[in-house]
Amino acid sequence: MTEKKKIIEARNMSVGYGDTVILKEVTFHVNEGEIFIILGGSGCGKSTLLKNLIGLYDIISGDALIDGQNIGKAEGQELVNIFNKIGVSYQSGALFGSMTLLENVMLPLEEFTDLPQDAREMIAAMKLRLVNLEGFEHFMPSEISGGMQKRAAIARSMALDPQIIFLDEPSAGLDPITSAELDQLIMRLAKNLGITFVIVTHELDSVFTIADRCIFLDKVSKGIIAEGHPKELKEHSKVDFVKRFFNREVETNQKEKI
Amino acid sequence: MSAHFQRNDIDSNSSVFKISGVLNSKSVGPVWRQAMLALDDNPPKNLTIDTSEVEYCDGAGIGLFIELNRRQNEKKFGFEIVGLKEEFQRLLNVFDTGKGIQKLKGPEKQEDGLFVNWGKSFCSLLKQLSEEIIFIGSLSCAMIQAIRSPKKKIRWKDMWGAVIEGGIGALPIVVLINFLVGLIMAFQAAIPMKQFGADIFVADLVSLSILRELGPLMTAIVLAGRTGSAFAAELGTMKVNEEIDALHTMGLNPINFLVINRVFAVIIFMPILTLFADLAGLMGGSVVFTSFGYPMITYFNQIINAVQLHDFLGGFVKSFAFALIIASVGCLKGLETKTGASAVGKSATNAVVTGLILIILTDGIFSIIYYFLGI
Ligand SMILES: Nc1ncnc2c1ncn2[C@@H]1O[C@H](COP(=O)(O)OP(=O)(O)O)[C@@H](O)[C@H]1O
Ligand SMILES: [Mg+2]
Repeated sequence: MTEKKKIIEARNMSVGYGDTVILKEVTFHVNEGEIFIILGGSGCGKSTLLKNLIGLYDIISGDALIDGQNIGKAEGQELVNIFNKIGVSYQSGALFGSMTLLENVMLPLEEFTDLPQDAREMIAAMKLRLVNLEGFEHFMPSEISGGMQKRAAIARSMALDPQIIFLDEPSAGLDPITSAELDQLIMRLAKNLGITFVIVTHELDSVFTIADRCIFLDKVSKGIIAEGHPKELKEHSKVDFVKRFFNREVETNQKEKI
Repeated sequence: MSAHFQRNDIDSNSSVFKISGVLNSKSVGPVWRQAMLALDDNPPKNLTIDTSEVEYCDGAGIGLFIELNRRQNEKKFGFEIVGLKEEFQRLLNVFDTGKGIQKLKGPEKQEDGLFVNWGKSFCSLLKQLSEEIIFIGSLSCAMIQAIRSPKKKIRWKDMWGAVIEGGIGALPIVVLINFLVGLIMAFQAAIPMKQFGADIFVADLVSLSILRELGPLMTAIVLAGRTGSAFAAELGTMKVNEEIDALHTMGLNPINFLVINRVFAVIIFMPILTLFADLAGLMGGSVVFTSFGYPMITYFNQIINAVQLHDFLGGFVKSFAFALIIASVGCLKGLETKTGASAVGKSATNAVVTGLILIILTDGIFSIIYYFLGI
């Protein structure tokens, strides 16, 4: 079997804000076409890691490579080329408040393609349909619920058919059915189109369904404490906390008290 | 409904604190203070808390027990709770993790010396300065590019939105304020000037100061409060909502996308507003002037004799500079917003304060330049 292509590589990345280091020298990679999940307790730096991977912040030390290109060193057109390969849906949705959903999804198409207006509208409407937002094309982000905003943001991240999609807690605030549908969508896109997904999530059900591989971040050691397929980690992880996380257990001495 | 505290010393080493009544967050305060005082006064080696007469107890009461326990543990003294009703015991078990609660510590801060602190604030000042220089640089580049290919680079729809919102919306207040400034100035000047029979020169005074200074300046001050803060709040909210991040990862430069059209919008409507401001100020002066019994035509003649074109142009040119300052400071402060909703308010305040200071400074610089040019 041939070695799979590493589409994202983090090499000894330290990330944080100003003087505070949140994660120290983490190294991992994501293979092409893989659904890669970043797990960890809340506040351990998952979003921070994600934003450093996509070059929004200056990495304290180490390198992040996307498709072989060092995102920290790229500039100008080179950087725009990298950005056009990725789609990002942020934890808060980050839709542009002054535009309708359709305009939000159309924006990347307007800026980076020379498609005629009706083609752009068609493609944008198609992407919205993909996330079950048919009929809401002309709503403003403030007029729809949080879960719908999340889905619209996912549609926008797919506007330019990127090779890699980053999703920060995509299923937070979604009902179980929509969330399961989202999982199906992600798997369909990964299997049929070979899109790579990097997803931050807490939904264990969805982790077990979709993940090819996952890493587990820890706040105290500021690093990765487990890596692998979730089912393996659930049964064989050497780290007690990881095992408990996957089995939804609390610490034993707290359980006794109830 | 209240709580009671009573201390009974059994011998020199042991005492019983009898705590009774209703222990909730409303009533527990006095008992808490008494108990801590009693503990500090004469700390008993063995402390027993008699809770047999506690009628009601919630988290606040449990907090008191845990705190007493913690203090005794600190000194390695004995502690015991007796007579706690079954239901309250269960509550205690929920909160008491068994590990013992440590005293809350503030976030660990290293105390730096005076010089280290000075150095740090100097460094952060330099960093902020360099950020502003980078912003000014990229803004200038973007503006030049935009002027070269306006069709592609300027988002016209957004720009007209800003012109209408910021320009037409500000017209009433700009006109009102300048009208009043003209009126008040004329009135204040008229009283002493009339004593010397010089009241006809009120027209000169009003027209020169409005056209050269006050028209552009008052307009700039109003817009710094109105438009500058609005820009900072808009962009700040976008920053907090990760919208700016989203722009970045779409490969769109926020300066091209958000800042340029706002800057151009202000540059367009600011001079127009200044024209209205000048007119309104002159009208204000005319009200006082005509009330002296002079006809309107005298006022205009007087103005035409007093004012030369460069007086008007001098003020007019300033309004472009003020426009640039207000819009770019507002946008810069918006983009600099940190996380959290309160940060947006801070950015808006900063935008107004910085904007006003820069406006006054620029006005001074213009005065010096005009002085040397002999205008
Ligand atoms: N803008 C910021 N400035 C300073 N610290 C931050 C900032 N944003 C997040 N943090 C800190 O970084 C840590 C990780 O945050 P985050 O990456 O958002 O966690 P999560 O894993 O829940 O996504 C948190 O402890 C938080 O306090
Ligand atoms: Mg997060």
